[in-house]
Amino acid sequence: MKQKILYALGVVAALLLTRNIWTMLTKLPDEAFQGAIFRIIFFHVPCAFTCFLCFFMALIAAIAYLSTHNLKWDAFAVAATEVGLAFGAANLVTGMIWARIIWGIWWTWDWRLTSMLVCWLLYAGYLVLRDAIEEPTERARLAAVMSILSFSVVPFVFFSIKWFRTQHPQPVLYGGGSMDSAYRIMLYLNWLPILIFAIILITIRMGQERRQRELDALRREIHAF
Amino acid sequence: MKFLRQMLTIAAKDLRSELRTKEALNASLSFALVILLLFSFAFDPTSDMTREISGGLLWLVFAFAGVLLLNRSFARELPNDCLDALIASPLPGAALLLGKVLANYVLLLGIECVCLPVFGIFYNVRWTLQPAWLALVLLLGTWGMTVVGTVFSALTVNMRLRELMLPMLVYPVLIPCLMASMRLTTLILAGQPITGDELAWFKMLIGFDVIFTALAVALIDTVLVG
Repeated sequence: MKQKILYALGVVAALLLTRNIWTMLTKLPDEAFQGAIFRIIFFHVPCAFTCFLCFFMALIAAIAYLSTHNLKWDAFAVAATEVGLAFGAANLVTGMIWARIIWGIWWTWDWRLTSMLVCWLLYAGYLVLRDAIEEPTERARLAAVMSILSFSVVPFVFFSIKWFRTQHPQPVLYGGGSMDSAYRIMLYLNWLPILIFAIILITIRMGQERRQRELDALRREIHAF
Repeated sequence: MKFLRQMLTIAAKDLRSELRTKEALNASLSFALVILLLFSFAFDPTSDMTREISGGLLWLVFAFAGVLLLNRSFARELPNDCLDALIASPLPGAALLLGKVLANYVLLLGIECVCLPVFGIFYNVRWTLQPAWLALVLLLGTWGMTVVGTVFSALTVNMRLRELMLPMLVYPVLIPCLMASMRLTTLILAGQPITGDELAWFKMLIGFDVIFTALAVALIDTVLVG
């Protein structure tokens, strides 16, 4: 049943994405200054939103694990972090492609770019930390602590960029930026399939974690004999 | 009051055992000097460029030396199951952590006090222009570094590849602290006044110290006991 719901969601996301790309390419006009490449924003920005949403959910899951000691929360935390990292990477890569065409360079040590990379590295560290611990409850406990510590660095990194002039375009959805309503609607509309896709991935990843745990339990049982 | 005494007992114990063996202290001090030497090959040490990146260089040296020191902080308690004994003692986890932080803080500040004149001599930097500001940055930046580093030292103490895990995890977390310290130190060494916009970096440094000290105290029991 759960499997079927996931497939149905996947189909919905694929259809929505196809429709969005069709509209993007045929209906929406090119942006006045950037030309055709500006369309990457419809993937770049939703990927960033999804990434931070995932990291935030991982934080909630970490706190929930520490207060309940239920390993389900740990599975959720690792699933959300991994999916968040994937979307963070998508955000970085789409940004680099855009930068190559508009700025002429793949990367610049601009604060906005740097801060995103720092976030990404922090959560990559979380996964490395998990790999280094064998015992499941200890792994869950220490990973939860790492998740909380990582998330508390994020605001610092992001506030620090406020004190610099950055090369990165100013935010278009909040804080005084402006964007044509047709573009804005498209951006939100494209976030929807990406979000659905993230939910599907998290659910699958959680299932894998659960099965892994069951396997480990069976293996221990065999060794006990 | 009792808490303070317990904390100081731990700090004194750590300092005493470190000063008697000097194992981490010697290693980290000589490592710092080696890095200072290596930097001289990376660029021309007499040029004006040195002055522009001096804060960054100095804090990189402190960060490298600091991690060596911090690695030993909890690893020292592993032989003879000393860590289990410490956890089982009537000491609160926060006192244990803050005691260790204090000991590391003193040791790291000592290393910094040795590195600073050496840096000044080798790289022709006049670091005595604004001593009060420099001392403030060193005190705040080092505190942030030791608090975060000591928590991670406790976190990684039982792990495989402990010596590798600690720097890998701790440097990204330290970035805001190092960023602020580097920037302020560069300005101070260049003899520029700290005003207006630059004061925001101090606020960030203080904010980092306060938030991570609070988090460390709140999470240490989870890390050590569960």
